[in-house]
Amino acid sequence: MPKVLMDGNSAIGEAAIRAGCQCYFGYPITPQNELIEYMATHLSRRKGCVFVQAESELAAINMVYGASVVGARAMTSSSSPGISLKQEGISYLAACELPAVIVNMSRGGPGLGSIAAAQSDYFQATRGGGHGDYRTIVLAPSSVQELADLTIRAFDLADKYKIPVIILGDGVLGQMMEPVEFKQEAPAVLPVREGSLRGAKGRPSKIIKTFTSNPAELEEINWSLFRRYGLIKKQETTFETFMIDDAKLVVVAFGIAARIAKGAIRNVRAEGLKVGLLRPITLWPFPDEAVKEVVKNVNHFLVFEMNMGQMLEDVQLSLEGKGEVSFYGRPGGVIPTPSEVSRVISRLYYQKGLK
Amino acid sequence: MLIKTLFAGFGGQGVMSMGLSLAEAAMLEGKNVTYLPAYGAEVRGGTANCTVAVSDDEIASPVASSPEFVIAMNQPSAVKFQHHIQSGGLFFLNSSLVEADIIRGDIEIVRVPANKVAEDLGSPKSANMIMLGAFIKKSGLVELQSVIESLKRILSTKKKLIEINEKALNAGYNLF
Amino acid sequence: MKKVYAHPKSLKRAVFHYCPGCGHSIAHRLICEVIDEMGLQDKTVGIPPPGCSVFAYHYFDVDMAECAHGRGAAVATGIKRACPDIVVFTYQGDGDLAAIGTAETIHAANRGENTTTVFINNAVYGMTGGQMAPTTLRGMKTTTTPYGRDHVIEGHPIKMSEMLAPLEGVAYIERVAVNSPANIRKAKKAITKAFQMQLDKRGFSMVEILSPCPTNWKMTPIQAWKWVDDEMSKIFPLGVYKDVTEQKSAD
Ligand SMILES: Cc1ncc(C[n+]2csc(CCOP(=O)(O)OP(=O)(O)O)c2C)c(N)n1
Ligand code: SF4
Repeated sequence: MPKVLMDGNSAIGEAAIRAGCQCYFGYPITPQNELIEYMATHLSRRKGCVFVQAESELAAINMVYGASVVGARAMTSSSSPGISLKQEGISYLAACELPAVIVNMSRGGPGLGSIAAAQSDYFQATRGGGHGDYRTIVLAPSSVQELADLTIRAFDLADKYKIPVIILGDGVLGQMMEPVEFKQEAPAVLPVREGSLRGAKGRPSKIIKTFTSNPAELEEINWSLFRRYGLIKKQETTFETFMIDDAKLVVVAFGIAARIAKGAIRNVRAEGLKVGLLRPITLWPFPDEAVKEVVKNVNHFLVFEMNMGQMLEDVQLSLEGKGEVSFYGRPGGVIPTPSEVSRVISRLYYQKGLK
Repeated sequence: MLIKTLFAGFGGQGVMSMGLSLAEAAMLEGKNVTYLPAYGAEVRGGTANCTVAVSDDEIASPVASSPEFVIAMNQPSAVKFQHHIQSGGLFFLNSSLVEADIIRGDIEIVRVPANKVAEDLGSPKSANMIMLGAFIKKSGLVELQSVIESLKRILSTKKKLIEINEKALNAGYNLF
Repeated sequence: MKKVYAHPKSLKRAVFHYCPGCGHSIAHRLICEVIDEMGLQDKTVGIPPPGCSVFAYHYFDVDMAECAHGRGAAVATGIKRACPDIVVFTYQGDGDLAAIGTAETIHAANRGENTTTVFINNAVYGMTGGQMAPTTLRGMKTTTTPYGRDHVIEGHPIKMSEMLAPLEGVAYIERVAVNSPANIRKAKKAITKAFQMQLDKRGFSMVEILSPCPTNWKMTPIQAWKWVDDEMSKIFPLGVYKDVTEQKSAD
């Protein structure tokens, strides 16, 4: 298929349809409106597919829950304030081991914040976000092409591990247009997950539940969830490295910030500074082994995020006290330029005596 | 080489479609390209703008804090964005609507009477394509033919509209 | 010998955990009888709520999916939209449906979701220990209205059936009670009709059941049954609030 010019939100919608997404439930919020609108235009017209504009994010995530109970591939999307409302449902999905794809085109916060792109929902996304002891897989794309590719991967991962998967984008990724290629066609027959509830025909009735009055039973459920999480960590952790072979300083950044950092690294490389990039693609599971690998050869790290330092903690935890970590952050929806980040990198490089 | 272009004007002047046509044309030429519209509260009150980045390499940020080229289709945009242009950059003014004095001496100013030319052509709504034609000629960012191709893709079945736009593009292109 | 009663097939042989005289167990049995009589056991998914009936899945022998407090109508929407052949019912308390889940309920009804809701109105929050529910009567004492519900401060008992009936997506709403053999028979008829509306794709259907909660009303079962007649049904009159099959078509 030839490339088409598409905004990130619509690209997610198209990719979801091609991944066999049957149901989309959403509620308008900037900067993800193009996605709900894309689904209203395109998914609603497809045979057997469902689009509902819900009365709230709370309702939307619970509609996703219902669709997942019957084994349909289902998705919802929102931006930061709406994602806070979805946390209740995400906790239930996680507890019931129900797959779902949840898109957060995050914006500046806290509160109503701003509609500009930000990365301040990292903690919320990677720590479970709602109540209880659970994790969700968190994917962080940094281009429109990757949004499309990771949307398809999100549906596959969700089904494979029976887990909610969060795509953590931001306002810029959602709004910007880039050429994108869709590598697969929508399936002719919509996938139905095995073992879902569709009435007890020819088998005993089944239950999906979380509540128990027996703490020991719940403990075992938690253990089993975390055994699965361990497996996910082993099998699905993904990251990208850029120019780290000879690097004396490695920038760690995700999503749109990683992209800006890459530009900054190209600039300082042109001046002879040996700087590389480590970009986590799965934020949970976080690529801590990759960080441990890098610190064998590199002592200096610069974590760059569009927040006040959230992934920073994961980098520090992964380093286990080794190496020196600096941080540069711009919260609130401010988008730093590559040259601004270049200056930060150069300053640090000289301060640390790496030249 | 990375070149960023900012298109700005009133809503309804076709500012976004200028940016889209350019982005689509750059894609057709196999270049890396991003298109970023201003959105939300920023575009309330009747103004609109978008940024197109074109490059042979990966594009780091789609945001332009200091674009090489700025196209101002109306007076407020001319006032607002004249200080954003990079030194040595090009500033395209729709001289039919812009009267502002430009105080910067380190940029080149290109005045295009887009509305007037469009009216003379008999299609007053195609001032944006007049401007885009002139921009393509002066900037050399993409080929005229690629923009015409991109129009055909964007407008697909609207034959009449493609014709009018193509004519306007050529007229703008041939102004210089 | 003539068989007058049998244990419903879709009711598991488990001992109810409900208090003596509680309406929940009766409502469960009625739903199971209806499911059996309509032959729906293998195509039904039920959605029990947090509330005293949180363990309803121990009793209903149909597929059951627990959901978050108040979100039954949204979950039912997801299920029914994704899989229209399934018969979906939510089972909800008054805190669940009329407080935390009001928005989900109203909007599912307004969209005319082809789902059935069994709404247990016992005028209190049972599971959490007898606090005020939106349906608590004026003057009624609960653990959070120890001096009696004062409508000036706490508002009035909310009348969900009356509120929902005018919505155009609603096909059928009836308020019944399970405090006497006669009322129980009527309740079963209403539940049957509600499921039939769903099978006929007529829209949203709901049966509101006035259901005794002797424990939190601090009454004996007999007193509680009587109180439903004497007090509760004065504020919540029994009857059909909407039935699209009774309405003359406009054209
Ligand atoms: C978000 C949330 N808030 C509070 C609760 C605690 N809770 C469980 S059941 C319930 C109310 C139960 O009352 P009702 O819906 O009337 O059902 P009943 O127990 O009377 O059958 C509450 C407040 C909860 N589970 N979730
Ligand atoms: S507390 Fe009330 S509603 Fe709950 S089981 Fe007991 S009687 Fe029934």
